[in-house]
Amino acid sequence: MLRYLAKRLAASVLILLGVSIVTFGLTFMIPADPVTMIAGRNSTPQMREQIRVQLGLDKPIPEQYARYLGRLVTGDLGISYARKSEVAPLVASRLPPTLLLMLGAIIAELMIGLPAGIYAATRRGRFGDKAAMTLSFLSVSTPQFVLGLTLLYLFAYLWNWFPLGGYGKISNLILPALTLGLAGGGWYSRMMRSSMIEVLRNDYIRTARAKGMSEWRVVMKHGFRNAILPIVAMIGLDVGIFMSGVVVVENVFGWPGIGQLMWQAIQSLDIPVIMGVTIVAACFIVLGNLIADLVSPLIDPRIRLR
Amino acid sequence: MKKLLFSAVAALTLMAAAPLAMADAPKQGGQAIITFNNDLTTLDPQVGYDWQNWSVIKSIFDGLMDYKPGTTELEPDLAESYTVSDDGLTYTFTLRDGVKFHNGRPMTSSDVKYSFERAVNPATQSPGGGYFGMIAGYDDVAGGKATTLSGIETPDDKTVIFKLTRPDATFLHLMAINFGYVVPKEEVEKAGADWGKNPVGTGAFKFVEWVPGQSIKLERNKDYYKPNTPYLDAITFEFGQDPTVAVLRLKKGEIDIVGDGIPPAQFAELTADPANKDLIVVGDQLQTGYVTMNVTQPPFDNIKVRQAVNMAINKDRIVRLINNRAAPANQPLPPAMPGYNPDNKGFAYDPEGAKKLLAEAGVGEINTELYVMNVDPNPRIAQAIQQDLAAVGIKAEIRSLAQAEVIAAGGSGKAPMVWSGGMAWIADFPDPANFYYGILGCAGAVEGGWNWSRYCNKALDERAAKADSMVKDDQKDARISEWKAIFDDVTKEAAWAPVFNEKRFTYHSDRLGGDPALFTDPIHIPVNYDYIYAKDAQ
Repeated sequence: MLRYLAKRLAASVLILLGVSIVTFGLTFMIPADPVTMIAGRNSTPQMREQIRVQLGLDKPIPEQYARYLGRLVTGDLGISYARKSEVAPLVASRLPPTLLLMLGAIIAELMIGLPAGIYAATRRGRFGDKAAMTLSFLSVSTPQFVLGLTLLYLFAYLWNWFPLGGYGKISNLILPALTLGLAGGGWYSRMMRSSMIEVLRNDYIRTARAKGMSEWRVVMKHGFRNAILPIVAMIGLDVGIFMSGVVVVENVFGWPGIGQLMWQAIQSLDIPVIMGVTIVAACFIVLGNLIADLVSPLIDPRIRLR
Repeated sequence: MKKLLFSAVAALTLMAAAPLAMADAPKQGGQAIITFNNDLTTLDPQVGYDWQNWSVIKSIFDGLMDYKPGTTELEPDLAESYTVSDDGLTYTFTLRDGVKFHNGRPMTSSDVKYSFERAVNPATQSPGGGYFGMIAGYDDVAGGKATTLSGIETPDDKTVIFKLTRPDATFLHLMAINFGYVVPKEEVEKAGADWGKNPVGTGAFKFVEWVPGQSIKLERNKDYYKPNTPYLDAITFEFGQDPTVAVLRLKKGEIDIVGDGIPPAQFAELTADPANKDLIVVGDQLQTGYVTMNVTQPPFDNIKVRQAVNMAINKDRIVRLINNRAAPANQPLPPAMPGYNPDNKGFAYDPEGAKKLLAEAGVGEINTELYVMNVDPNPRIAQAIQQDLAAVGIKAEIRSLAQAEVIAAGGSGKAPMVWSGGMAWIADFPDPANFYYGILGCAGAVEGGWNWSRYCNKALDERAAKADSMVKDDQKDARISEWKAIFDDVTKEAAWAPVFNEKRFTYHSDRLGGDPALFTDPIHIPVNYDYIYAKDAQ
């Protein structure tokens, strides 16, 4: 177990190093000049040159990367071009809202996906199955900004059930979490359905039924625990999917997380913030995958770590 | 007799109106909530340079000069009075008594000097430091050789003397620009990198709190030097509010102003609703949307081709395309700008004439590129321009990119044509000079500059410099007519195709009151926070 953990951690560090190289490289491939954006419209070429030197952008790219990496390992993400303040505390202050939103979305997708999947599996081929799967198809294919604005219009503006965006109360969380989690819910309902159908074909299920166990207990006790395994592994991967989703959802709902920060930084070409958010998001994706790998054997002793 | 009667009536009306006006002075109290999609970047007056933080900074800080609310007319602010020497090279400001920073310390002349030095010092990375290039000693400070401006003297606490290296008629405007706003040194140094998040000024509102990504709260500065000002007790800016959602919230009475303006998709519906008649205020803005043509490369090095482009674009159709949120433009200067020439009709829409000019130019088939920012409605506008150009035989491929990439393409001279929408020149101060040097003069026609046409006419530059050396009060009219003449010539040279002047539509709640001009203030966007009032406090 420990050896496996060490191996995975080493791989994670390598992945993060790769991410840092790619994000750093990308910022040089964008055909835009941050110095022009900082210096403003009435700057002289001399002023622009001065700023270039101050930011160290006149140095060769490998040297710039080495400096960047040197700062990165000490947790220093640099200074924002637009705000002139440090990026690390800025990203840190925006992380809790995003993590809360992702937690809400995970709860939402499980609460939608698992019951729908089980329901469809037990009514395989019948109307309930087809209806559930059609809905899941719809939820997977609806763009999040459309879904978010529709939910806001109906539940917040017309019916007053929830506030129109904002942050701070549990009532603020429900609509954005639903928007972020609905697609995943649709996805999980399909996975749960097929997983459950497969599990219910097993001999031990037939044995359980033969013992005279009620169908509910057969499905929940013997079926559920085995059918949910592939889904648990997926939850860790969701972190990665959500990290891109939060950019849209946070902007629609006014949720003050890193997705919103990222969107604004992209608009103003605030490269240190863009890179900072990317690295932090990558850390969470790697962490999510790691947790998924570690949790599976705890639920299913048949899986062995190597 | 008739005339006499009229003046008697006028006098009576005036007398009646005067006490009424006094009684009508709004009472202080109440509050306003303004929404923005994006969080503010900074409240550092020497650094902040986007339309959003620009007017919030104006409410927290003051400069030596300011504009009468709702107008473009200069008046002294922190300065009580000023004198200009005959050669226009020395400006002496006498500071007002009783001005205190929000931390309680009285503001003095050394604060003024410090603030300008901070703007020019390269360590500040101010996007506006370059505006103060006429102050003696600028080159040393900007070049990092000194930290104090030799051209600013402070003989006593109440007097600031500026020595200039060249007379500059825009100098008083520059004394009203955010980059010269007065900041207290001790607070700047105490806050360090966090100064932009903890501003301390002398202005009408005092900074209370900034919750990143969520809100900024300001409260009325009870020690503000202007009596009975501002009217609101508190202003809250809420961020992360999609304008579409903000409109719904305003309808529900939760917020007071949609800071980002009315979203295009809801514009027709909201403006058609009679309930909004008094809530949507329309005004001019010091803005022109234009197409630049790079004059250093074929085919646009040929003036006939540039003129043909001007004649080919159907501006009325483009204005209709954006729901009449603008008026067709005929010259670089917007109508609200001094120096705008109502007699300059520019180039009328004339596709046949354009074809003829192109034939005369004899440049053969034209294939070019039109760069545009990829945010609605700009790509749609670019498509309309593309169709108009195709109709006269110019094939323009659209390059729809992120803002920073379009700016880079324009600044490097790579883009043959740029549609300026979304990055357009909104004046920093209401003077024609501000529409010339950076975007049409030689100074901006360099690598990384903002003169994307690369149009550089030395003779016009000289005339501009000469116009700006007319600094005396009795030369004002002569100076403006010279600027008019300069822009008439710029129009004929057709380095740009001016397309429209955007109007501003401010949507506010019924709770807020004030002169409509305050809601479309040409200097403060979206509104002049200092003079609007809450109806529920009256």
